[in-house]
Amino acid sequence: MKYVDEFRDRDLARTLATAIAAAADPARDYNFMEFCGGHTHAIFRYGVQDLVPANVRFVHGPGCPVCILPARRLDDAIELAERHGVILCSYGDMLRVPGTGRRSLLKAKADGADIRMVYSTLDALDIARANPGREVVFLGIGFETTTPPSAAAIAQAQAEGIGNFSVFCNHVLTPPAIRHILEAPEIDPSQAARLDGFLGPSHVSAVIGSRPYEFLAARYAKPVVIAGFEPLDVMQSVLMLIHQVNEGRVAVENQYTRVVTRDGNAKAQELVARIFELRPSFEWRGLGSVPDSALAIRADYAAFDAEKRFTLSEKQSRETKSCECPAILRGVKKPKDCKLFGKACTPETPMGACMVSSEGACAAYWTYRRMETLAEMAAE
Amino acid sequence: MTTPPPDLSGAVDMSHGGGGRAMARLIRDIFLRHLANPLLDQGHDATRLDVGSGRIAVTTDAHVISPLFFPGGDIGSLAVHGTLNDLAMAGARPMALTAAFIIEEGFPLADLDRIAASMGRASRDAGVPVATGDTKVVERGKGDGVFITTSGIGVVPEGVDISPRRLSPGQVILLSGPVGDHGIAILSKRQGLEFGTEIRSDSAALHRMVADMIAAVPGVAVLRDPTRGGLSATLNELANAAGVGMQLEERAIPVRPEVAAACELLGLDPLNVANEGKLVCVCEPGDAETLLAVMRDHAEGRDAARIGHVTVDRPGFVRMTTAIGGQRVVDWLSGEQLPRIC
Repeated sequence: MKYVDEFRDRDLARTLATAIAAAADPARDYNFMEFCGGHTHAIFRYGVQDLVPANVRFVHGPGCPVCILPARRLDDAIELAERHGVILCSYGDMLRVPGTGRRSLLKAKADGADIRMVYSTLDALDIARANPGREVVFLGIGFETTTPPSAAAIAQAQAEGIGNFSVFCNHVLTPPAIRHILEAPEIDPSQAARLDGFLGPSHVSAVIGSRPYEFLAARYAKPVVIAGFEPLDVMQSVLMLIHQVNEGRVAVENQYTRVVTRDGNAKAQELVARIFELRPSFEWRGLGSVPDSALAIRADYAAFDAEKRFTLSEKQSRETKSCECPAILRGVKKPKDCKLFGKACTPETPMGACMVSSEGACAAYWTYRRMETLAEMAAE
Repeated sequence: MTTPPPDLSGAVDMSHGGGGRAMARLIRDIFLRHLANPLLDQGHDATRLDVGSGRIAVTTDAHVISPLFFPGGDIGSLAVHGTLNDLAMAGARPMALTAAFIIEEGFPLADLDRIAASMGRASRDAGVPVATGDTKVVERGKGDGVFITTSGIGVVPEGVDISPRRLSPGQVILLSGPVGDHGIAILSKRQGLEFGTEIRSDSAALHRMVADMIAAVPGVAVLRDPTRGGLSATLNELANAAGVGMQLEERAIPVRPEVAAACELLGLDPLNVANEGKLVCVCEPGDAETLLAVMRDHAEGRDAARIGHVTVDRPGFVRMTTAIGGQRVVDWLSGEQLPRIC
């Protein structure tokens, strides 16, 4: 596969591994947070940690859209399907995430709610066109990558006059989340201190560009390297971060130049700005309430806003007890620190979102490295 | 004397399942027309067949695939191939199939005819007759077009003992060709997911290739077709059943570039994607080259490859050296990757 196989080449990987081993100072640790769950999974799927020295560590960040959605928002989505009788369209990753009382969209579907898995917002629009007598709600989740398709669907619905389509918007923003990790008081202060740099998002940065990270590097003195999602991208980015740390430099560097520019995709940004506006605050699982970290649908498009179209009840939503998802999302704990991991909580019987999502840290440890993880847990 | 072609312009209605004249006509005009053979022509509810020496192998498989017609096959050919392969994986020589149809009221007769014709073709190509069958019609909305259950009966030659019990460390794992074709072909046909290049299902009968493999190496330890859940599910099942570990080499596992590209796009792992014309073979290291040569002599095994070996450590786990040289677990899929795949 062109433009992919080159980035999974074993000889090149060996060369990079040698360079990383030579650059890494054995007298110190290097703790790099990969913000995106996509990076976490690339690291585990290809066994990147087997190719870097033990003092180069990956700290897994909260960049998993499914994981950071709190139980309350999921409960709301279930309510839309069950009480308001809508056709609820969702990306597949969301279906098995447990909400309050471990109830998921999949369980609601089995109980008779009309919940459909879609691959794109266009599928949801098709469903709305085909069912003019029904309300169709798209469960919009994700970072800056999945926001433009939601915006495009709303713009299209308006242009066509599709009156039975709306979006339940849960779109969130990356830079405010990184800032929150670096400064929020409820986060372990030693956490921010022990991070030596960030592997910046790949696809998110394709949309927003590398510029939005510049203030993070400047204000918090943390190097950032925008990294592609292939294993060699990750390795090269690690090498670039090590060089910055060793040289005492703090900069936003772009390893993923084949996709990411400094200014990003202006057309996508314009579309998003037209349809969405900042929410003053949004609740993240793990991070709590984060100011200016999420988007809401502008008043001009209120007709397509499920939160305006339907009245959602007050509810006592609760995360699963003793699930360490929140601390894992902050990078404070690892999956092995959760006593549910691999016992009560597996991908078949998930207690928390991190075990469900294809971008969740627990799912990565379970899927690709559970022997080592379970052995470490047994040893402790 | 030639009989006039039947009128296939209408649709199936409840009377076609009622046991009366309409049903008899449906069976005659569609099923017997395409599937006729001496066994079926006995016309009994139960067909008698002669078996020689050896042990009888029997299997059954329900097919509910959506869409019914897909690149590289349809539910008719799939229902034949799937059951033949289940017999072949036990080392059995298939002798006869049965077919039960559950048809939804309103299903076009022309489509039913196309499916029966495809079944007839697959059965003749395989040299295995459909010996008996059954037809039921359910009300509109109670089915989805047509469901087909096929059973198969075969004979396992003396001296052949294919079983996960025979897995032992040091044995070699072979794969008959690229993985993921069927699942991606089905996915590509589903709404809104068509790719530039047409990806065809690998649906194929493997019993002839298996017969040659067993003739060359009667001591083959395990044969398994990696259908739903893909290669990873099959290997995990085997590793668990036998209490052994497995070590794979990612670079040795064949995947077509277009399938790999589709998987990238959809976030799927080709190792988890269904196949309908591939087999995994585990054998002693000394037999590997012989078996690979036999497989490569067949169209179904042209791209056969050695992909790993059985280990003594990490029992129950399948491990893989990744493309870049790291290690990871090859897990089975949790839940459903894609419903109604076969």
